[in-house]
Order: sequence, then C-alpha cells, then structure tokens
Amino acid sequence: MSDTILTAENLKFRYDAEQPVYALDGVSAQVKRGEFVAVLGANGCGKSTLAKHFNAILLPESGKVYVEGMDTADEDKLYDIRQTVGMVFQNPDNQIVATVVEEDVAFALENLGVPQDEMRRRVDDSMKMAGIYEYRERAPHNLSGGQKQRVAIAGVVAMRPDCLILDEATAMLDPRGREQVMQTIHYLNRNMGITVVSITHYMEEAAQADRVLVMSKGHVVMEGTPKEVFSQTEKVRSLHLDVPQAAELRDELVKAGIPMPEGIIDTGACAQALYELLQ
Amino acid sequence: MLRDITIGQHFPGNSLVHRFDPRLKLVLTVAYIVLLFAASNPLGLTLSILFLGVMYKVAKIPVKMIGKSLKPILPIVLFTAVLNLFFVSGEGDPLVHFWFLTIYAEGVRYAVLMAVRVMALIAGTSLLTYTTSPIVLTDAIEQLLKPLGKLHFPVHELAMMMSIALRFIPTLIEETDKIMNAQKARGAQLDTGKMTDRVKALVPVLIPLFISAFRRADELAMAMECRCYRGGTGRTRLKVLRCEKQDYIDLAVCIACFAVILASRLVFPNY
Repeated sequence: MSDTILTAENLKFRYDAEQPVYALDGVSAQVKRGEFVAVLGANGCGKSTLAKHFNAILLPESGKVYVEGMDTADEDKLYDIRQTVGMVFQNPDNQIVATVVEEDVAFALENLGVPQDEMRRRVDDSMKMAGIYEYRERAPHNLSGGQKQRVAIAGVVAMRPDCLILDEATAMLDPRGREQVMQTIHYLNRNMGITVVSITHYMEEAAQADRVLVMSKGHVVMEGTPKEVFSQTEKVRSLHLDVPQAAELRDELVKAGIPMPEGIIDTGACAQALYELLQ
Repeated sequence: MLRDITIGQHFPGNSLVHRFDPRLKLVLTVAYIVLLFAASNPLGLTLSILFLGVMYKVAKIPVKMIGKSLKPILPIVLFTAVLNLFFVSGEGDPLVHFWFLTIYAEGVRYAVLMAVRVMALIAGTSLLTYTTSPIVLTDAIEQLLKPLGKLHFPVHELAMMMSIALRFIPTLIEETDKIMNAQKARGAQLDTGKMTDRVKALVPVLIPLFISAFRRADELAMAMECRCYRGGTGRTRLKVLRCEKQDYIDLAVCIACFAVILASRLVFPNY
C-alpha cells in the first residue's frame, strides 16, 4: 500500500455540459494516509464538488481520481470505494435514515450484508467512539444538532473507512456541537488512524489541520501547512476568506511596527509571543 | 401547535401484548376483524368485546383511550345504525310506522349489532397501533409480504419508503412550524378569516415546504448512496424478528379464545 490514499489528477468537471463554466478546472491534489487536510474556499469554488469525486458520487469529465489506487470510474469497485471513503454532509437531518439511533448507525452495515453478531459489535464500537452510546435507543429527532451529526459520523465509521470526508459537517451546529464534533473527528484521526478531509468555513478548525488546501474558481490556489497558508494574510483575504483571529492580530501588530514572529495562527502561540515581547 | 400531533399513537410499554411478535399480532388483528363478522350473534359479539377488554387490561392501555379512538368514527357508526334501523325489514308487525318510515324489531337488532361491531373493529385495530411502534409494524409488514417478492412486488422498497416517511414526519412538522412562523412574521394571517381565505393563506406555507422536502429527499438519497445502499438484495438486519416460546403460547391462547367465540355462534345461533 502506498502512502497516498486519495489522488486527483488534472480533474475537470462541470455540472452542465452545455455551459462553458467548469466547477473543477484541472485540479490535482493528493492526500496522504493518516493526514488531516482542511479544504477552504469561498462559496461556489468547487470544494464540495471535489469531495463528491472522492466518493464516486460524481465522476470526472476528464482527468482521473484514485482512491487507494482504485479508479473511481471503475464501476466494479464502486462499493469498495464507498466503503473506503465515508462521507458526512452538512445537514444531519437529511442523512439519518432510521428512526432509532442504533439502527441508523447499522444502516451501512445492513446494506453491506454484514452478519448480525459482527454488526452488533461494530455498531456498538462506533457508537462508543462517537460518544453517542448512551443515546442508542433514542429517536434521532429528539437529539441536538451536535449529537445528530455524531450519529451520522458513527454511521459512516461503522463501515470502517480509511478516510472520512466532512462536507461542511459543522456548518449548521452551535459552537458547543461544533466542538463535540471536532473532538470526535480529531479522536478518530489520531487514535484510529483515519484520514480526514474536512471542508470548512471555520478558520479555527482549519488551523488545527496538518495541511490546508485553498480553492478558488475550480483551482487549487494555495497549499501548505496552516502556518504557511495563514501567514500570507493578504493573499488569503484576496480570496474572500478570513484568517484566524490570532493571525489577523499578529498582522495588525506588525503593521503598527511591533516586531512579532512569523507563523502565528492560534491564540496560544499569539499570547506567548506577546508575553515574551512585553517582558 | 403542530408538534402535539402523534402519528400512529403508540404507547410504549412492556406488557405481554407489547412484547408479542408484531407479525403474529398483525395476523391476529386481521383474524379478529374476520371473527367480528363471522360471529355475528349477540353472544359472539359480547364474548369478542370481552376478549378485547381483557387484552386492553393486559396491555395496560387506559380505557379512555378506547373512547378517544372511537370519537372520529362516531358519525360513521351513527350513519350505519340509522340506515340499518330504517331499511331492514323484518317479519311480523312493525314497531313504529310513521309516514314512509317503518321500523321493525329486526331493524333495531341489526342497528345495534352493526354499531357495536364497527366500534369493536376500530378498538381492536387501535390496540395494534397502541402497542406496536410504527417502525416495528413496518418491519412486520415487510416480513409478512416477503412471499410477494417472488411475484416482483417491491416489498423492500415499500417498507423502506414507509420507514423513511415515518422518520421524516417529525422533521417536516418542525419545518412546517418554522415556515408558518416565518410567514406570520411577514403578515400572513393563517388563523383568522373565512375558510377560503385560510385555505389560500396555506399556499405560501405549502410551496416552501414542498421545495424543501424535495431538497431533503435529494440529499438523503446521496447520503444513502454514500453508505452503500443498493436495494433489498443481500441486505442483513441489525434486529431480526424471532418468535420465542412465549409468542407461541400467546398465539395458542388467542386461537383458543377465537375458537370458543366461533363455537358459541355455531352452538347457540339464536342468542
């Protein structure tokens, strides 16, 4: 097995074959095994479209997408690909199928024809991992947004995927729910070795990633560690994106003539730099 | 306001009736309906109602729930009773003769029997929905209809549709509530005015509701595809319905009761 789990090669795609506008216009990207990658971009930049290609929901017009070396255009591999790459969407209400939490978590395994006793074990395991085991007999509509989204994550994790794609999975949640979901995801990434690709609008979430991809108008325009990307404040702004508050503060301070070190993107590092400066 | 609606009116519990295998419960309910018509003499009906009363007692469903379930069908019961009262002609002298209306003793008898029978029928089927959650009932229907699958009847698809519909009822109710409030905030008058005005005022509620329902359906379909949904073939279940010893005992008791009721009709046809 190679180190890269997801590969896109010069990927082109448009929703309407009669329009000249490409949603993805020659995207090449790679995601390494075990990595946490954040994908940023203004609305309509093609980031969700890219995510759907990694799961064979959409197929490229030209170019190739490989998941663990499997071509997504290969129909025989469709269910292998979807088992390898799990996807969580924005609205938790629209991805929960069953009326009881544990039955929803079991849905993917039921589809795959997993035997009953193994299914029971895997369902319990993934509910515990997502921290929703205590709600297993509840009806999903009685849970909070963060809990519902963790039900959706558990349902995907039960398939034992190697990679998890989150398509703005925290966008509809309140700050508390968002924190719970991010904790769960970081746990899965660190302790279970699941590769995570997170599409997000929250810069604080992106700052915690291993690597950041910034997209604009169907292209990948910036790529690198959060420090590398967010240090280029002006460029990030020109793409209609925010930078984390700490990076913004550092930038303003430098403009005001205060010598702050480079690469500050989170509150802790910023506070530390200010503390050292004031001493 | 809309949040109070409960569909299927299920009363969770742990009684014998609740735990009874839903497939057998469903079949027995149908059998009970047949029985109500087969055992048409007063004695048979009385015994049937007695049996139902005992079942309600065992299930610990409050008696006033029977009244509640009968209330909406009261007009139908009265209508059938009145029709029977006037249009059944019997032998002997009429009890009342007034203008073109004639009431015979036979008519009174039929009217009462019919009304009682319809009420018992509703109370019996209500017991099924009171003691079985809709999702379990869907499962039972899927299993019972399985033989039809051989005739290319889409059993799995039907059950899937039913369970998704049940899953989305609370979600859509919540959404309707939100849309109604949003329209009220813009000055829509949903609760006042003439009937026609109120119906017209519902249009701006229904259109956004439909559009959002379609969007939800689209997203749900994609989420299901992502979780490898590919129809009913090769599917396994987390929870499989299994008949235990207790279920067979319950079944035997019910069949015995039904047999006694039926026998009473044959032995004492005139009572």
